[in-house]
Amino acid sequence: MNTIFALANVVIKELCRRKDFYVLFVLTAVLTLLLGSVSFFQDIKVVRYVKEIALLLIWISALVIAIATTARQLPAEREHRTIFPLLAKPVTRGQVILGKFVGCWLACGLALVVFYLFFGVVSGSREHSWPVLNWLQAFWLQWSMLGIVVALVLLGSIVFAAPSSNATICFILVLGILLLGRHLNQVALQQPEPLRSVVYGLYFFIPHLEWYDVRDLIIYDHQLIGWGDCALASLYAGVYAALLLFGAWLLFRRKPLHL
Amino acid sequence: MKRLVPYLILGLLAVGCFSLATVLQARAYGWSRRAQADNILKVLLGDGRRLFANHFFIQADVSFHSGYYPSIFDQARAAQGSRHLTAEEGDPAHEEHEKSMDFLGPPRDWIERFGRHFMVTDHTHLHGDTESEILPWLKISAELDPQKVETYTVAAYWLRKLNKASEAEEFLREGLRNNPNSHEILFELGRLCAEYHHDPARARKMWELGLRKWADQEAAGQKPELFHLDQLAVHLARLEEQEGNLARAIELLQLAIKATPHPEALQRQIEELEQRRAAHSPGASPPAH
Repeated sequence: MNTIFALANVVIKELCRRKDFYVLFVLTAVLTLLLGSVSFFQDIKVVRYVKEIALLLIWISALVIAIATTARQLPAEREHRTIFPLLAKPVTRGQVILGKFVGCWLACGLALVVFYLFFGVVSGSREHSWPVLNWLQAFWLQWSMLGIVVALVLLGSIVFAAPSSNATICFILVLGILLLGRHLNQVALQQPEPLRSVVYGLYFFIPHLEWYDVRDLIIYDHQLIGWGDCALASLYAGVYAALLLFGAWLLFRRKPLHL
Repeated sequence: MKRLVPYLILGLLAVGCFSLATVLQARAYGWSRRAQADNILKVLLGDGRRLFANHFFIQADVSFHSGYYPSIFDQARAAQGSRHLTAEEGDPAHEEHEKSMDFLGPPRDWIERFGRHFMVTDHTHLHGDTESEILPWLKISAELDPQKVETYTVAAYWLRKLNKASEAEEFLREGLRNNPNSHEILFELGRLCAEYHHDPARARKMWELGLRKWADQEAAGQKPELFHLDQLAVHLARLEEQEGNLARAIELLQLAIKATPHPEALQRQIEELEQRRAAHSPGASPPAH
């Protein structure tokens, strides 16, 4: 376990050193504050558009951080040949995979904490209400979703040769699921057999990342989600992340490391 | 001296640039239409901004429904158009909208059933303090596409509801400058004059002009909506009735009958007005006591 956390620590330090997070955070903050300062018809009570834009930027930034950070982990280790002394420590390949996953996931969590703190301050100060539990649920669900994304990108970094191709394919996949995942069953029902079964099968097979996007519930001040439902969604994310990590380990354990 | 030459050339070029800029800047406005662009969005996005304008108008509708909105996959079963955005409770448009917004239906499988715990599933509309939340999206939409008339009329409706009549008028006038032939905007301006400024003369001018614009569009084969003719004619008829011009009121209601989906009610009003006109005419006998 110590080995895994030592590896994770390196990843977190790398996120702190690199400029990605700072750039994205400043961009999110500037855009949100700029739009928040605009007065529409001299109405100071209007706040939902600020929340909408802030959360959209947070989602985009979090996905960029998760995918970009994870996609370069294993290829960078191989390129710089630091993977050899690492494996000679001795650290098993499974521990490398797990360490990288934990590191990337925790790094995403840290970034999300900063983003949500900013969101909370902006939203609370304009709306004069502090639904902290709703924000916590939104944060936790988004972080759980990022767990699946990190595991997927880690698997991709073993399958695909370059980090850029892996990042692009994962981006398309994740965005595709977020936009279409909920409706694939409707699409399937409109198809003739055997395409219908194939699309419906795909609908059951893909991780339903769109569940974790509860921005609308936050923006429009809806009720809390049931804690049982949150727990089930977390379990679902955990199972999918484990499945993808296991797949990554299966491929990585026999993969030649020299370039 | 040799060392000074490059700096002198640099200075000369700078002076040349400055002089040319002062001469050309005034002329540059006339060179292209882009130079006359009134905002940065127009310069950056060109005509593509109209696509974004539509997106922001839909976003206003999403905001109006607090996030409960059909996706492109549900839209065949859901509400179309924007009339529900300005429909009062009890209106036929409101009733129709209530029915059509039941687009979710029962869940088809466990994934859909579970997924509904994480999305908005109740059909509600903005009310009270939250009604102004629709306005930013409409303002952005109007900035991106000043020719989208419904943006101005919907925003004016909500601004009127929020007792912001002066803001509504300012926004409508901006809309009218961008769409000088819009009978919809003239109708809304007339309503503001009649209901908030209590100025029937100005309201009449607006609505009369609106009727003319509607007729012009019809004559030009643009097929303007009959609903708008109905609105204009009925409101103008009520105004004429209040002013005592019963003959003109009857004439306008007869015009509205051609446009309304419910002519029976208007027919009854016409008969009522005709009775009143007959009672007020010089030859009529005084009512029996």
